[in-house]
Amino acid sequence: MGDILVVAEHLNGQLDEATFELIGMANGLGNTVVALIGGTDEMVSQLGAASKVVKVDAAADFNPESYGAALGAVADTVNPQVVLTTGSSMGMELANSLSAQKNWPLAVAATGVSANGSVKAQAALFGGKIIATTDLGSGPCIVAVVGGSAPADAGRKEGSPAVETVDAPAGAGKVHFKKLIMPESADVDITTKDVLVAIGRGIGSKDDIEVAEELAEALDAAVAASRPIIDAGWLPKSRQVGKSGLKVKPKVYIALGISGAPEHLEGMKNSSTIIAINSDKNAPIFDVAHYGMVADLFDVVEELTEALD
Amino acid sequence: MKIVVPLKQVPDLVEDLELNDDGTGLDYEYLKMKLNEWDDHALEEAILTKEAGDAEVIAVALDGEDVDKMLFTALAKGADKAVKITGANPYAGNHEMAKVLANAISGMSPDLVLVGVQSAGDSDGWLAPLLAAHLGMPSVSVVTGLQVSGNTATVHKEYSGGIMAEFDVELPGVIGIQAARQTPRYAPVSKVRQIQQSATIEEVAAGDLGDVVTSTVEEMKHPEKGGGAKMLSDVEEIVEVLKEKGVA
Repeated sequence: MGDILVVAEHLNGQLDEATFELIGMANGLGNTVVALIGGTDEMVSQLGAASKVVKVDAAADFNPESYGAALGAVADTVNPQVVLTTGSSMGMELANSLSAQKNWPLAVAATGVSANGSVKAQAALFGGKIIATTDLGSGPCIVAVVGGSAPADAGRKEGSPAVETVDAPAGAGKVHFKKLIMPESADVDITTKDVLVAIGRGIGSKDDIEVAEELAEALDAAVAASRPIIDAGWLPKSRQVGKSGLKVKPKVYIALGISGAPEHLEGMKNSSTIIAINSDKNAPIFDVAHYGMVADLFDVVEELTEALD
Repeated sequence: MKIVVPLKQVPDLVEDLELNDDGTGLDYEYLKMKLNEWDDHALEEAILTKEAGDAEVIAVALDGEDVDKMLFTALAKGADKAVKITGANPYAGNHEMAKVLANAISGMSPDLVLVGVQSAGDSDGWLAPLLAAHLGMPSVSVVTGLQVSGNTATVHKEYSGGIMAEFDVELPGVIGIQAARQTPRYAPVSKVRQIQQSATIEEVAAGDLGDVVTSTVEEMKHPEKGGGAKMLSDVEEIVEVLKEKGVA
């Protein structure tokens, strides 16, 4: 069995939780080697669950071009059977870059990986409406894994793994990192609320957000939203739940007209109780919700708000 | 400046997705297809860039069912030229599609290629970085802000938690668009019909693809139901749940 190369991810000087999830997955598949590009010694000390860390001294800030070239150099020294990256904005760049550089097959949106002879990845595609199993051959190959697909605790261990250093390749030098832009401080912090009333495409129009706000008021809750509502400019970015927004774990998460695309589920599936109201009985949100109701959200919300007053 | 925007049709996820007989893919025969929503954002961003300065926008698509209508709609929205690539599989994975598009696009010498960052069925990667690799161009994906000045595109790439990074990309380059600066415009049917009468769609043949690295989808299935939500039938039951959890 070959080595499993886990690509560590970090932002703002912190290792991402997903790195530990990947290490936990990798340890179940084979001998785990971690690629740490532009990371610190402090980060190495958190990678005790890996057998080895291959480190590339590079700028601390991610750059799809230079980090991609660095990962190519790490892959040359490790010769892995499987490379695991996160499914994030950074991890996906690296997975695609490596696949293009090495002509290695790639599976994305993976929620599970097995490596018994041939490497197989399970993925949720088409907004979570289809589960696909992909055969990637005997390796080397690359799998980009959706955040939250494995417990992080299994891969989180203090220690001092063996460290090998690889020189950073020059790269093409056509992409230049300028700065990080931090989010504007929010009027409401949706990560601290006990109850969230979350709206999706099903709300239909900006004016109708009012009905969700009334329900939120009755529950001392805040209104959160899925990506389309933010992209439409109906609510500020600080209200976005999901992969590129915030991760929330309220006591109760009420999902109104949210279909439950994997990107959204990544941000809310750990809520203690999820209540979903959707007119589509096949909406994937009902698979993660604890309670569901197939109904017109406006009928339900109006009646519910009245009942609570 | 020349901006190329590849457009792709994807199944409308509002409909039921039927599987083919051997359960290895979708049954496209009965699927309702629509323009990939992220491609719509890429097209919008291209047209906005054109409106802010001087640019030619070329919409490109692989030939398939209803592709002409999609390309005429792009012209009605403000694209200057539409090109259809014949003899390729429009439902191919992104590795294959990247090669088909690279063959067609490299001859156009674009300054900028704007691609929807993802599409609903992506199982083997993102189109933008794979296409960029074949074209020998730099690329950045998950971009929500784009500004072109001379030979440089300044882009905002999204990370998690609302954090973004700013990059300068030396052009020519390929950018994976997450969202345009504004909601993609709508082309009225009358305008699309009018364009259909007057405009033509150029055709180019898909070149030799050589070896394409693919992963094989072995099985597709609908997620298993049953382990999911306890279904409620009236609002009183929701109130009960809220009271039980101590929030109402």
